[in-house]
Amino acid sequence: MDFMLTEQHKMMKKLFAEFAEKDVKPLAAEVDEDERFPRENVEKMRECKMLGIPFPREYGGAGADYLSYILAVEELSKKCGTTGVVLSAHTSLGTWPIFAFGTEEQKNRYLPDLCTGKKLAAFGLTEPNAGTDAAGQQTTAVKDGDDYILNGTKIFITNAGEADVYVIFAMTDKSKGTHGISAFIVEKGMPGFTVGQHEKKLGIRGSATSELIFNNVRLSKDQLLGQEGKGFKIAMMTLDGGRIGIAAQALGIAQGAIDEVVPYVKSRKQFGRPISKFQNTQFQLADMQVKTDAARLLVYQAAMAKENGQPYTYLAAEAKLFAAEVAMEVTTKAIQLMGGYGYTRDYPVERMFRDAKITEIYEGTSEVQRMVISGQMLK
Amino acid sequence: MKIIVLVKQVPDSTEIRVDKVTGTLIRAGVPSIINPDDLAGVEEALKIKEATGAHVTVISMGPPQASGMLKELYGRGVDECILITDRAFAGADTCATSSTLAAAIEKVGYDLIIGGRQAIDGDTAQVGPQTAERLDIPQVTYVDKIMEVNDKSVTVRKSLEDTEEIIEAKLPCLLTTLSGMNTPRYMNCNDIVDSFSKEVKIMTFADLDIPAEKVGLAGSPTKVHHTFTKDVTAETETYDMPAADAAKLIAKTLKEKQIITK
Repeated sequence: MDFMLTEQHKMMKKLFAEFAEKDVKPLAAEVDEDERFPRENVEKMRECKMLGIPFPREYGGAGADYLSYILAVEELSKKCGTTGVVLSAHTSLGTWPIFAFGTEEQKNRYLPDLCTGKKLAAFGLTEPNAGTDAAGQQTTAVKDGDDYILNGTKIFITNAGEADVYVIFAMTDKSKGTHGISAFIVEKGMPGFTVGQHEKKLGIRGSATSELIFNNVRLSKDQLLGQEGKGFKIAMMTLDGGRIGIAAQALGIAQGAIDEVVPYVKSRKQFGRPISKFQNTQFQLADMQVKTDAARLLVYQAAMAKENGQPYTYLAAEAKLFAAEVAMEVTTKAIQLMGGYGYTRDYPVERMFRDAKITEIYEGTSEVQRMVISGQMLK
Repeated sequence: MKIIVLVKQVPDSTEIRVDKVTGTLIRAGVPSIINPDDLAGVEEALKIKEATGAHVTVISMGPPQASGMLKELYGRGVDECILITDRAFAGADTCATSSTLAAAIEKVGYDLIIGGRQAIDGDTAQVGPQTAERLDIPQVTYVDKIMEVNDKSVTVRKSLEDTEEIIEAKLPCLLTTLSGMNTPRYMNCNDIVDSFSKEVKIMTFADLDIPAEKVGLAGSPTKVHHTFTKDVTAETETYDMPAADAAKLIAKTLKEKQIITK
């Protein structure tokens, strides 16, 4: 693994940091408070050509590498966890499976609009009774001539309603268990496809999280993504990449909290001196930064492994597990260092604390990551 | 149409301090940025490019490190970046700088030249106008809006302290731009990727048709004898009075200083 960012990565990072500082940060409290999707950030990301970073130019992407995309999620999440996950869900979960498993015709049909940000993408796997046990899919896609008829409900879907293209998983053959799951590309506006109620959440409150309801949605065979019965594999491989994105989100949230707390402790005076002069503050800060830097190495390592075509399931699980737990720990400490002020909405660290929690849950809980990691160790 | 934009890499003056003993700038650790008035010029050029398909060349004179800044301009979508750099150019004042820039511009060819009004490090506002004089072309300074461009002319709004002028100038001409006139675009991922397959072209003294006595220290009549920090001598008066009286006093003082009129 190359520990150093290339000049190109540094220039990308500069763009993302500047955009996050100038446009994303000023909106972050508002989209959280109003539980409002940050559409204007998506428009700006589109102008900066950030919505197809790791995909080839021929499909409308930037033709950059996976680490560049990870840097984008990290920088955005330093200022706004919501905006970080909008990009992550769009890129890793919605767009990537079409790029990786789509036919040339599907790629040409969907990727240019997704990569240039004309359309947003989302991913629908989770159901009321199929969370960590993703194999328990109850949504069905029943063959009807050359078509499939899709019925069922997905829940907790990121970018729901805001996205135009959805990768949806459904049982095509219940008798085959996980081998009976298939993936489909479903478009907004298809008859019978509706978006349910917006979830009220603890954190990432600007992110659109809703139910997707499929009531006799007719899909042509051209909407089948990959082969019939390969859906579970597609879902798991997609989540492997998605986890690096969420790990980057957690990493960004952690660093963002540190970036807020450092100037605060330098200016906040108690007992006649800045609290940064107290050893407790110094030691807490050191621990926070060390763990965040360690998380960063894991995240970048996983991103580079994916980019270089090396196995990354295990590395992605490690990165997500660690970065998410670091984000929780660092944001908790950040509030503690800022005391009562940190607990109020006058400062962003309480939002970061609320945003951090989801990174231990979605795209595989921390427990799932431990299963993946230990499973690899005990093979 | 061929547009040339003149840019300068400058220390971020919001972060700069002066060494009180030597009177010189403490440049260590101060980030370099693209001069804001120049960046506004780049943005205008890119807008014209989007509208007309014009070719945008950026020219900068400075040390080799300035090529990093030029790479970032590729990242914003300019077509060509040229860095004029040579030890022979060191120590140039505005007179020698404009001679050197004009010599380079002649080599490159142009229809429209845009430069920032002034650089935040020197604040002279001389390089743009001098360059136009050396090229013997019309110039409009303090431009805060480019209203129309065609193959033959450009119509701009010139912003003066108390008035605005609408001016049409025949091409080729030189404009100097103000940083408030637009919001410069960000770099974008596609152009960043592409910037790494583009070269910043280097021009040295040998590439220009200009005599040695016109460039660098030799071509610079300006001599700096002394630099110093001007002490701030604002007087402070302290009043202890009820808020209502204090408000009246503040209003009265602001009127006296003609900061407010009513």
